[in-house]
Amino acid sequence: MSGLPSARIPTGPIADAWRRTKEGLPLISPLRKGQIDVLVVGTGLAGASAAATLAQQGYRVTVLSFHDSPRRAHSVAAQGGINAARSVAVDGDSISRLFADTLKGGDFRAREAGCQRLAEISSGIIDQCVAQGVPFAREYGGSLATRSFGGALVSRTFYARGQTGQQLLYGAYQAMMRQVELGHIRLLTRRDVLELITIGGVARGVVARHLLNGELEVYTARTVVLCSGGYSNVYFLSTNALKSNASAIWRAHRKGALFANPCFTQIHPTCIPSGDDFQSKLTLMSESLRNDGRIWLPMQAGDMRAAADIPEAERDYFLERMYPTYGNMTPRDVASRRARELCNKGHGVGPGGRSVFLDLTDAVARDGKDAIAARYGNLMTMYQRISGDDPYTTPMRIYPAPHYTMGGLWVDYQLMSSIPGLFVLGEANYSEHGANRLGASALMQGLADGYFIAPATVTAYLANSSAKEISSEHPNCREAVHNTQARINAVVNNRGNTSVDSFHRELGALMIDRCGISRHAEGLRDGISQVQTLEQQFKAEVRVPGEAAGPNAELEKALRLDDFFGLAQLMLRDALAREESCGAHFREEHQSCEGEALRDDVNFAHIAAWEYSSTGKPIRHAEPLQFTALKPSTRSYK
Amino acid sequence: MKLTLRIWRQAAPNQAGNYDSHELTKVSPDLSLLEALDQLNEQLINNGERPVNFEHDCREGICGSCGFLVNGQAHGPLAATSVCQLYLREFKDGSVLTLEPWRARAFPLIQDLMVDRSALDRLIAAGGYCSTGTGQAPDGNALPVGRQQATSAFDTATCIGCGACVASCRNASASLFVAAKLAHLGQLPQGQPERSTRAQSMQERMTQEGFGSCSSNLECEAVCPQEISADWISWMHRESLR
Ligand SMILES: Cc1cc2nc3c(=O)[nH]c(=O)nc-3n(C[C@H](O)[C@H](O)[C@H](O)COP(=O)(O)OP(=O)(O)OC[C@H]3O[C@@H](n4cnc5c(N)ncnc54)[C@H](O)[C@@H]3O)c2cc1C
Ligand code: FES
Repeated sequence: MSGLPSARIPTGPIADAWRRTKEGLPLISPLRKGQIDVLVVGTGLAGASAAATLAQQGYRVTVLSFHDSPRRAHSVAAQGGINAARSVAVDGDSISRLFADTLKGGDFRAREAGCQRLAEISSGIIDQCVAQGVPFAREYGGSLATRSFGGALVSRTFYARGQTGQQLLYGAYQAMMRQVELGHIRLLTRRDVLELITIGGVARGVVARHLLNGELEVYTARTVVLCSGGYSNVYFLSTNALKSNASAIWRAHRKGALFANPCFTQIHPTCIPSGDDFQSKLTLMSESLRNDGRIWLPMQAGDMRAAADIPEAERDYFLERMYPTYGNMTPRDVASRRARELCNKGHGVGPGGRSVFLDLTDAVARDGKDAIAARYGNLMTMYQRISGDDPYTTPMRIYPAPHYTMGGLWVDYQLMSSIPGLFVLGEANYSEHGANRLGASALMQGLADGYFIAPATVTAYLANSSAKEISSEHPNCREAVHNTQARINAVVNNRGNTSVDSFHRELGALMIDRCGISRHAEGLRDGISQVQTLEQQFKAEVRVPGEAAGPNAELEKALRLDDFFGLAQLMLRDALAREESCGAHFREEHQSCEGEALRDDVNFAHIAAWEYSSTGKPIRHAEPLQFTALKPSTRSYK
Repeated sequence: MKLTLRIWRQAAPNQAGNYDSHELTKVSPDLSLLEALDQLNEQLINNGERPVNFEHDCREGICGSCGFLVNGQAHGPLAATSVCQLYLREFKDGSVLTLEPWRARAFPLIQDLMVDRSALDRLIAAGGYCSTGTGQAPDGNALPVGRQQATSAFDTATCIGCGACVASCRNASASLFVAAKLAHLGQLPQGQPERSTRAQSMQERMTQEGFGSCSSNLECEAVCPQEISADWISWMHRESLR
């Protein structure tokens, strides 16, 4: 494979383009579907919804996940809610408004046709989930309740207290388990997918390691659907679950799948900051808290007084001051950057001055503790448990943390990667969020991909492919197993002295510094060589006790980290090549005198799609973006 | 602070297990118990020993991966807390903590603190869903759901499938797990059509999977990180008579 395939974007007006496209897609008879194998990797919102729907359509579906149960996929942790444009809203929300917010929020670095499709599908997702028994919050009259969420001026976020992801995932998981019971899905848990198998450049299967006995297994199919989630854990500390990883997409990239805009990573402003070296993750406090919470710092740098001792007049509600319209609701990237700047100037609070206050005490005084508990109960408890402080009486301390990766494998409008037969769904792909994702839009996208888009486009692909079944003894399968085994042996037999986590911590510290909230050319260039050095050290000095056979958590981590090294370098390169500031990608060289991001639409209104090269010099392709329905404007949240 | 961890070590299901004691001489009280295990594992790795195997992932109390007994209590001494949310500041300096895997017939041991809970998935497969296909859904507002009713359904739907209820029941019953799912769907209009068959088939599957019957001593409710009420078990028994 080389070059950039067509993105297959529909022609004509973007409104209704998805319906027109879908009506033109070829179909397959239910009888024939029963003879076609489909592989789905991952059981998060994207994977579970795709697997359930494809199985319901009649395909023979095999689902692989490294978790012990599909219900544990990282989607379970999403707190705040899911966006949908429904005409019933009183504040005049509409498809065109959600479309515009998504495109603008992404700073015009996504395809407009994709954003439009997402907005058009969104309402149906809510109906689908309600029918599955997802217990969304309701108004007293019994209709679905909504709230407004980070970066939106309308109330279009549907939610189930602070556990929306959990409830949506269980809906999809249950639908999937029904298909398992019916015999339409073969569910294989505790399988780590470590390699993609291609034959004649077409995706035909995967190599997976059985996490209990350590054996390498081959699964073949007519098409492979990757739904393996995002890669924020390249930063070591992030809001993601500890085992979230990039291996499935990175291995696919090495086999020829283009990787789009890897440097577009979202740093979420409201997370519980880090303290001890052994802290293993940064817990997100849902930004729904920003609806009622006020973010502030002491006006005076180096002010070490407790929050309660700082009088009102000496507090700087910096987001309200700088962005009067949006105030505490300014988009994530802007809020994160401002917090970091002020902390760098010495205004930060807490250990090392690396946090800001998120203050709900005004809201508690205004609405009462019960009302706040009803809105954010589980978040407040979680904060108290982790920090030891009572957020009802003391302002919480928060700091930005890596949270979501907009970048991912390049897919065309039909969600197919540049490898024919390889579809990529959910956070693993690069699609509608551009350079910055709006709050509550990831759940929407994952479910749109899985319930509605992929079932139509995977079928269209299969209808046009005449591939034959292949045996797991095919030379390409054998070669993939052989290479994977060699990789495993190299790690296990290494006689080093350093744990995987120590390397991962170091990589994370480097990446957050060089490729985090703010980036500059020199830091990025230097970062590339430092990551290369660290990777060499890792290969020479890592120690993985135990054997390849049987359970070995250290081996799992080592293989994941091995892939993160490659991805980290690509992220740095991508950030270096994108000589503009857009969305979450802030290049210090490209800012106005007021410190606002300067986007360059003349040279960078495109998706960067990287092609792997074994020489270590990846090739950058550019897919130009056209905007017909909404002209690029400068983001302004003043 | 200082901490002694007495941990159940068992390399494989067919091998004998025993308790190993490990000292952590300098550990921050602001760490979680799982982070203390990470720290211990790093020590073990540096000594070339096999690290302790335990399940975890989200580390924020929502995925249901983590779970073992701490001094005999599922998820440790704090109410409404899964073990990944248990912080060392809850313990006195110098404490000895005994860590032991879930013990239940339906949860075969895999290694150390890790057990196989896939039986819970098979309980869901037996009927824990609304049989609706994609693309056939009516308007989500077509059937109103009162706020009270939605809240109550939500409360039972929050079960994270950790298995603590089973591990702390004398009969290793999954009654609270099943009752929670039946109550979640049974309280919503969408769950009505299959309400009786669901109750029947999930309870039958529970017996087939080797879970015992309810021991009525309410330990399950006490250890549930999501505080799901054991009243739903009596509700479930009435449900079968419908
Ligand atoms: C704390 C938190 C809160 C969030 N809150 C919100 C919110 O309120 N609203 C919103 O819209 N979004 C939110 N997000 C983002 C959103 O949750 C995710 O983007 C989304 O759930 C990703 O879903 P997914 O299906 O793509 O992947 P995931 O849910 O991450 O699932 C990945 C799946 O792939 C499997 N897998 C991965 N790699 C392999 C491999 N190599 N082999 C085998 N299996 C593999 C895993 O087992 C898992 O089943 C939040 C994210 C976080 C971290
Ligand atoms: S690790 Fe997810 S609940 Fe404890």
